[in-house]
Amino acid sequence: MKFSDFVTSTAIRPNLSAAGKDDVIREMTTALVEAGAIAESELESTIKAITKREELGSTGIGRGVAVPHTKHPSVDRLVGTVGVSIEGVDFKSLDGEKVHLFFLLISPPDRPGDHLRALENISRQLRDDTFCRFLKQSKTAEDIWQLLEEADNNQFVS
Amino acid sequence: MAASESTKVTRSVEVKNPQGLHLRPGEVFSRKANEFESNIEIISGERRVDGKSLLDIATLGASQGTQLEIEARGPDAELAVEELAKILETKSVDELTKEP
Repeated sequence: MKFSDFVTSTAIRPNLSAAGKDDVIREMTTALVEAGAIAESELESTIKAITKREELGSTGIGRGVAVPHTKHPSVDRLVGTVGVSIEGVDFKSLDGEKVHLFFLLISPPDRPGDHLRALENISRQLRDDTFCRFLKQSKTAEDIWQLLEEADNNQFVS
Repeated sequence: MAASESTKVTRSVEVKNPQGLHLRPGEVFSRKANEFESNIEIISGERRVDGKSLLDIATLGASQGTQLEIEARGPDAELAVEELAKILETKSVDELTKEP
């Protein structure tokens, strides 16, 4: 699965203002509402579901990356967005490092395969230092989208 | 020492979790793998990843029914494979985490 299959380009946030875990989740989920990817009426319940998932164990998987996510009946296909925090956020990651790169995913309850494939794609790309560095340095949503497209075209993973 | 270091144990296991090897079972697996001295790898077809790294495990995108091979090399390889296989063969993460 490619980034362009699930990332909502207009919900990408290159310069997250949130400084805390809950605030990042809120800022990115709100971005998906503003982009029309999820209904405004579902905002609070989606945030709550993502936060609840984090309580089971942080999705901060190391190397400055987190993948906050949930299943939610409000979507009929996998939707996601990307956020970058320049300062970094304490996300209670496994390795204790601050998180700079966020991939937030919301999937329909009955589609575990799509979620796995998105996770597979994200984690494969993130093992590449160049991709991570470029992503962190991205100043605009357009820069990030272009980077994701390059990744989709196998520019980073050998 | 040389003899124990060369101990290699492999076992083929099927992913039983209906959600596949997603982040939560992946985390349980990597945490457990880190408790062992042995080098732990997971093999999926042509691919071979570090079983102690959640990021690596996530790259497998292993769904339910996927056949994986756990390979451990080191003094505690036998026990490592035994315990790690159980994690992949468990259907629910809640079953894995409710233990004290």
